[in-house]
Amino acid sequence: MADHTHTHDHQIVPNDPTLRVKALESLLVEKGLVDPAALDAIIDTFEHKVGPRNGARVVARAWMDPAYKARLLADAAAAIAEVGYTSQHGEHIVALENAPKVHNLVVCTLCSCYPWPILGLPPVWYKSSAYRSRAVIDPRGVLREFGLVLPEDVEVRVWDSTAELRYIVLPERPAGSENLTEDELAALVTRDAMVGVAKI
Amino acid sequence: MNGVHDMGGMHGMGPIEYEQDEPVFHAEWEARVYALNRAMGAWGKWNLDAWRQDIERLPPADYLRMSYYQKWFAALEKRVVTYGFVTPAELESGTAAFGARKATPALTPEAARRIDRGIPSNVEPSITPLFQAGQRVRARNLNPEGHTRLPRYARGKLGQIDRDRGVYSFPDTNAQYLGEKRQHVYSVRFSARELWGEQASPRDSVYLDMWDDYLEHA
Repeated sequence: MADHTHTHDHQIVPNDPTLRVKALESLLVEKGLVDPAALDAIIDTFEHKVGPRNGARVVARAWMDPAYKARLLADAAAAIAEVGYTSQHGEHIVALENAPKVHNLVVCTLCSCYPWPILGLPPVWYKSSAYRSRAVIDPRGVLREFGLVLPEDVEVRVWDSTAELRYIVLPERPAGSENLTEDELAALVTRDAMVGVAKI
Repeated sequence: MNGVHDMGGMHGMGPIEYEQDEPVFHAEWEARVYALNRAMGAWGKWNLDAWRQDIERLPPADYLRMSYYQKWFAALEKRVVTYGFVTPAELESGTAAFGARKATPALTPEAARRIDRGIPSNVEPSITPLFQAGQRVRARNLNPEGHTRLPRYARGKLGQIDRDRGVYSFPDTNAQYLGEKRQHVYSVRFSARELWGEQASPRDSVYLDMWDDYLEHA
């Protein structure tokens, strides 16, 4: 074993949570409060069914079909349901359109709100103190850290998800993609671009 | 609550650490914690605002040190006792008390496959908005000790109503079970210079979603 007499202030893990989590789960199962098959179903859904591929399909459709794009910008929840990603009561998803002189960036400074139904669960960096603290005060610096340098004449709009609205960025369609199919376009769309920390 | 969770605009949190090809969960226990939260939430004993408040009330040093799912787990352990699902002795021992009643799980595997969180509809024509798109507003200078979704960095600042987003429960009262106090929420645009001064780009802005009770006419 390595010498652990020194300490790292960041990411210290006092005890491996594995045993405590197992203990709580078995207690809740024993008391009939949770069904382990329901837990498995939730995990399977988020590991295999929901994720940024869903959002990518929505973006590709919007690039292909101007009428769909108009519906997406007017009422994203309904437009996303057309593609088959429904959420019964509707998380109130809003699509933000990037343009040559407008760049949108999404954050949740107070916790980690994220459009789960179309992007899945957020990556660790989105939930980190570093991103949450700086995205609102220094968005251009944050974007530079992601390798995206925006010219001065581009307007940056940061969206802090303080309520139950969930934002997805509609990135600009890349040049030279005119002859691609919807599937090929969807393959180009990244999670990072739909959060606004990258272009395509 | 003026806690460390309200970190918009803070410095010193370090570089953003990016992981290529990041997995959805980094360990099995994270996945179980995520699922346990959903499954216990299905009992309907707590609302989303109270849930967020539990995380915010972790000791500040713990909040900053713990990973996301460690925070969820710490809050869940506390919550199952607070809301009477398990006794402290049961939590300690890991087994149900002798003769404890066995419940029927609230969340079935079929329901677990749906991903909505049941946030109530926002269409309520009977509730009149207090503000209209285009109006100038000031974010009120509120400092409640309990849960709020009005970040410190916006308090007292001037903004403009971008658009009305419909009607939602008011987090500040809902988290305390003092009523949903449903009201309109607006996207409000604040210029980056209003929030951060001359160092900010004159072109940039931050949009926050704000309830009627967070705003006053300006």
